[in-house]
This record gives sequence, structure tokens and C-alpha cells, in this order.
Amino acid sequence: MTGAALARLGAALLLAPLLYGVIARTKAFFAGRTGAPLLQRYFDLAKLLRKGAVYSETTTWVFRAGPVVSLAAVLGALALLPMAGAPAVFGFAGDFVLLAYLLGLARFATVLAALDTGSAFEGMGASREVQFSALAEPALLLALVALARNAHELSLGSILGAVSGETWRHDAAALTLVTAALFVVFLAENSRVPVDDPTTHLELTMIHEVMVLDSSGPDLALVELGAALKMWLLGGLVVSIVVPVRSGNPWIDLGAFVAGLLALAALVGVVESTMARLRLLRVPALLVSAGVLAALGLALMAEW
Amino acid sequence: MRAGLPIANGERAARRELPVLPWDDVRDDLVAGVAGGCRLAALFGLPTADGAELVAVQADPGAGLLAVTTTAVGATYPSLTPSCPQAHLFEREIAEQLGVVPVGHPALEPVRFHAAPAGGRDAWGRSPGAEILPAVRPFVAVAGEEVHEVAVGPVHAGVIEPGHFRFNCHGERVFTLEIALGYQHRGVERALVGGPDARTVHLVETAAGDSSVAHATAHAEAVEALAGTAIPARAQVLRGAALELERMANHVGDLGALAGDVAFLPTASHCGRLRGEILNLTALLCGSRFGRGLVRPGGVRFDAEPARAGELLERLATVMRDVRETVELMFDTPSVQSRFEGTGALTAGQAGELGLVGPAARACGLEIDARAEFPAGIYRFAQLPVSTWHSGDVAARAWVRWLEVQRSAAFVREQFASLPDGPVRVGVGDLAPDAVAVSLVEGWRGEVCHVAVTGADGRFARAKVVDPSFHNWSGLAMALRGQQISDFPLCNKSFNLSYCGHDL
Repeated sequence: MTGAALARLGAALLLAPLLYGVIARTKAFFAGRTGAPLLQRYFDLAKLLRKGAVYSETTTWVFRAGPVVSLAAVLGALALLPMAGAPAVFGFAGDFVLLAYLLGLARFATVLAALDTGSAFEGMGASREVQFSALAEPALLLALVALARNAHELSLGSILGAVSGETWRHDAAALTLVTAALFVVFLAENSRVPVDDPTTHLELTMIHEVMVLDSSGPDLALVELGAALKMWLLGGLVVSIVVPVRSGNPWIDLGAFVAGLLALAALVGVVESTMARLRLLRVPALLVSAGVLAALGLALMAEW
Repeated sequence: MRAGLPIANGERAARRELPVLPWDDVRDDLVAGVAGGCRLAALFGLPTADGAELVAVQADPGAGLLAVTTTAVGATYPSLTPSCPQAHLFEREIAEQLGVVPVGHPALEPVRFHAAPAGGRDAWGRSPGAEILPAVRPFVAVAGEEVHEVAVGPVHAGVIEPGHFRFNCHGERVFTLEIALGYQHRGVERALVGGPDARTVHLVETAAGDSSVAHATAHAEAVEALAGTAIPARAQVLRGAALELERMANHVGDLGALAGDVAFLPTASHCGRLRGEILNLTALLCGSRFGRGLVRPGGVRFDAEPARAGELLERLATVMRDVRETVELMFDTPSVQSRFEGTGALTAGQAGELGLVGPAARACGLEIDARAEFPAGIYRFAQLPVSTWHSGDVAARAWVRWLEVQRSAAFVREQFASLPDGPVRVGVGDLAPDAVAVSLVEGWRGEVCHVAVTGADGRFARAKVVDPSFHNWSGLAMALRGQQISDFPLCNKSFNLSYCGHDL
């Protein structure tokens, strides 16, 4: 555990909500509006933390535990992610499997909390979330395995560290496929268009948002912070591959990493401004094709 | 030839001239008429000592006339609905308002959940003091291990009107959707009795706020028919222009809302603004974005002098350029089309049986448009092509709206280019006693039907208001069968029906 790793974890905690601001601003630009302030998500979090929480009488401790367990699991997963050239807070061979399953644990806690409310809406959301993430998970794991194959190592630090300009020259096709798969997983897991619509108010169409309809005040703040960190985490994976800056100067590395994430957020804004959401029935096809892309990437990765 | 007395849209007839037939003959005539391409524009009752006097208005597009029949029924009568499904809501309404029971009605439930008139019969045998709560009634239940029920509303996300939707689903697939409305019941028809008075036109304008011009025009035409007033040509043009602007504003807003429901941002945000721009054109005419205060019996209250007419045309051209750009972008985007196509499809047969009207019917290929079939006012002189499409799905409903926006814009341009001279309003005399007048106006949502029946004193003994939503809500319920529940908001938006227009 190094100071550099902790500093990067701190940066993630501090900067993750900014990604939402960038997405919103990009969408506002395309819509011809001024848009909400870049720091809106911070204001929202501050507001929610000051509020009280309302609990339905039908809920139990499971509902209250949901946001806490979920945020803790995401934080744990984030601690496994090496960011901007520095090693992760924790790392060991095979830690990428733990990362995937910590995300799974976070989802499990959210789903249980949603089911605990007994609401038909939240039950439907939970069912969709589980169905889609079951298809997104293989894509994530296959993509990481492809990278592990490239690195001949099993810890995330080495896996991501092994991606460099050199790798792009040799294995551009494989890396492109892997990146594409991870980008789809990034969109799906963060409930963005074309999988989910984070701005809709229509419960019947929601996937992720509908599961947290009953959360309020500080609980909702934890949920929102967890979502921001998850976006940072999965975005970080994509950025580590696409922008493998390893200058040795921590400021340059960190700057490139953060800039990459902000650019990724802007790209999400562009995607959401230029295409409609998929019909729910067709989402599995998208996720399965992400899995296929990752598998192809694995097959194409050199040195078999 | 229908059995009823044929009258033209916007004409009156003396009540004693109306044929009084036994119910069975009326029923047979209605069934035969609907089978032959007519539709039931209105079916309502007036209370009598031992039952009700029912009045049926059948719109016969072949003849371009409205056939009006009356009949007397007792406390019960054999239901028309089994052989003519489009009567189902009318019969429920009559049962609720007058306590006469259509025997054999397949789903006899209250429509608006109000108490029967004091001292009257109650079709469900509820005691006079019983509390009646909206949507408290048995719903269709589907049994089975994996079937689940989803209840939505009456309080919805977003700022919309209240209504209760009950789905029976198998996973994501919808078996049935039942819609229970009535939360917005204000008693509009009851309040109109004894009119017209100072309040009447305001009640009518707010029957469905987004169709103010359509309802006000229908009401004004009925009153003018009863009074025997002919309004000036200039007033007819201004009414028509306001009606088409209302259509354009709502259609553009709907196209934007459809884009919003599939998360297609550019069209959603631009159409929101452009709808406002079109509403502002109506405001330019009369000072109200919704056309309130413009249409009055006898004409319109505001003239469009050349300077204002010129400004309106100029602004309309700018708006239409932007509308075209953003709407064509939506129709050219494959991801949007893949959401629209095949979603919530109805066949022409279903639409005909349910008696759908307006864009929802035209999107199924039915050429139903009161402006062409029963022209009144300016539409007798200026014909608008009927915009139809054949696929009956969300894509068709969106496309028909876009066709209508373009044709309405052309109509407004054409009419303003040659505004007839003359006054815009004339006085309206007393209404003919013991008479009935029917007026049909093609509002943006479909045909608005007003039937005014006067008593011996020349006041309204009954004023029947049929908003197009009254016909079309069952279409939405039918369109959802076998669909994904996640597509409900999109289907709902593609119909965009009025809750208050239904609940009155």
C-alpha cells in the first residue's frame, strides 16, 4: 500500500461525481441548452446528506443495508484498480476476478434492497438488472482475461501496466475489440443510453434507477456516490487501455488519466445525444455481442 | 340510409322531428351502420320518470351526415356493446349517469366514479350516501405461477394527470392492461345544463385544456346552429387557423415527447422549444397560448390585422424550418425507428371496432377525419388531405402527426394569404327551443363532438361533450396486449390522450 495509490483513491473519491457534470454539459451542448453546473452532482450529494431518510414500513434492515454494502463493495473494487501508472492499494494474482465479484456484490446488495421494498416497479428493475449484468459480466471478465493473456500476469497492476504504445502497435485489433467490449460494459453497468436512460422519469422503462426509487436522503447519497465511483472504476479500465501514459512523472500520469476519464464522459454525452435507447428486448443482444468482441480479442491476442 | 334523422354537421333539428324508435330498432340500426362504415359519435341519455330517453348520433361519412335517433328505455335494456364494441364506454356512462342498466354488457363498471344523481336509480345498487372512490372496482385478474400484476398511478412520475393503469404481465410481456380513470371528474356536462350563460364557454374551453380551440369551436358551432346564426367568413378562417395552430403545437410537442421517451435527445429538446414557439403564434392571435378567449359563439374576439397576420406568417416560416430539421433528424435515425416500428400496433379492424378517432385511427389506415367527412366552417371551402399511414404502430402515429403538422402549416399559410374582409363577430340571438344540434370538430387528438339539446325555455336541457380521448383510451389498452411493459410509456405517448377530456 503506497501513498501514491491512496492519493489516487482520494482523487477518485473527489473527482468521480464530476463525470456526471461533464456528461450533462455535453448533452446540454447538443440540445442547445446551457445545462446544469459542472459541479451539480456535488451539490446534489451535499443536499441529500443534509436530508433525513424516509423508510417504507414494509422494508427491513436489508433495505437499509443495501446502500452501505453496495458503496463499500464498490470502494473495495476501486482499491483493486491501479490508476495512472501507480499500483493499486491492494493487488495480488487473480485480483481482477475479485474486482468483478465485488461489483457483483454491490449489485446483489442493491437488488436485495430493491426486492425488500415489495414494490412491483423495483422488482421489475431488479429482474432486469440481474438479467443484463449476468450478460455483461462475461464480457468484462473475457476482456480482462484477454489483457491478462497479453501481460502473462494475473494481477490488475501488471495486466494494465503491460498495455503500452508498443502493445497497440502489435495488437491493435485485439486491443480495439477489448476496448469496445469494455466500453459497452461501461455503458451498461453505469445505466447509460443505449441500455438504460438515466434521465427518464418513467418507472416502467427504468433498469437501475427504478431499484433505488425508495431510497432517500443520505441513503440516496450513498447510492449516487457508489454509482459515480463505479463509473470511475469501469471508465478507469477503459482509459488505462486507450491512454497508456507511463511517463514516470505522477502529475503527468494522473493528469492524462483524469483527462482520459473526462473525455470518456464527454463521449458518453455524445452517444446519448445522437442515438435512442435500445428496446429492452434487444439489450441482451448488445451485451452478448460485447462478450463476443471480448472473446475475439482474446483469440487475436498475440503469442499463443 | 340510416334510421335516424340526417342532419349536417353544425345544423339543428327540432326535437319532435327526431324519430322515436323502439330500442331494438335503434340497436339494429347502429349495428348495421357501424358494419357499413358509420361510427357512433355520441350516445347519451336524458332522464325520464321510469328510465331514460337515449339519443344516438351516428356519423355517416358516406352521406356526410349525422343520423340522430331517440328511444325510450326503462330501468334495464339489452346492451348494444356485445354486437357493437365501440358503444361500451357510452353504455357505462349512461348507466352511471342515469342508473339504467345495459343487460349483457361485458364489463359494466363505472366510468368516472361519481354518485348517481340524487333520488335516482343506481346501476350498481349503491346506497345514496355510499362513498365512491375512483378506480375502486374489480380488475381483470390473470391466474398462474409466473403472472404478476403491476399497478401504476394515479400519482405518476412527472407532471401529468392522474389515472390508474393495471397490467397483468408475464415477465416483461403484457397480457392485459386495464385503465381506470375518473379522478378528474368535475361535472362539466352537469354544469352546462341550463346554459348557455357567462360560464359556459369557459367550462367548454377547459374541458380538455390542450384542445381549447377545438372544444370552443364545437360549442360555438352548436350554439350558432341552435340560434340560426351565420358567422362571417373572416371569423371562420381565424377559427380554422387557430385550430390548425393548436394541432401543430400539440403534434410537435408529441413528436418531441416520443423522442424523449426513447432517449433521443436532440429532437426531444428542440421540439419542446418549438412547441412553445407555435403556442406563441396562437398567443399572437389572441393573447393566450392555448387560444383561450378567442372563439366565441358568433365569431372570434380578436381580428388579425395585416401587420399581425404578416408577422405570424413570418414566424411560422422560421418555426417550420426548425421543426422540419429536427423531426426529419428523428425519422432518419435508425435507433429511433427501431424503437417506433412494430411497437403498440393496432390493425385497422381493431381500430374500427373500437371506434378510434383522430391520428390513432388514421395511423391504422382508416380515413377518418371530420374536416374532410363532415366539413363545417372554413373546411367547407378549404379541403385538407386526410393523412393516413397503414402500420398502426408508434411509428405510424408519429408519422401521421408529422404529415398533419406540414399540412396544417400549409393551410395556415394559405388562409392567411387571402383573409376575407369583413367583421369577425356577429351577435347571437336566442336559441331555438326544443331543438338539437350536433357539431363535430376535428381537434388535434381526433373528433370533438358536442351535442346540445334545448328545452322548452331555449336553454340547454343536456349538453353532451365527447372528447376524442373517450373513444381512444380503449385503443391504448388494446395496443399494449402482447407488448413489452417497458414500451408502455412510449405507446401511451403515441396516443397522448387526455384524462380531463375523458373525465369531464
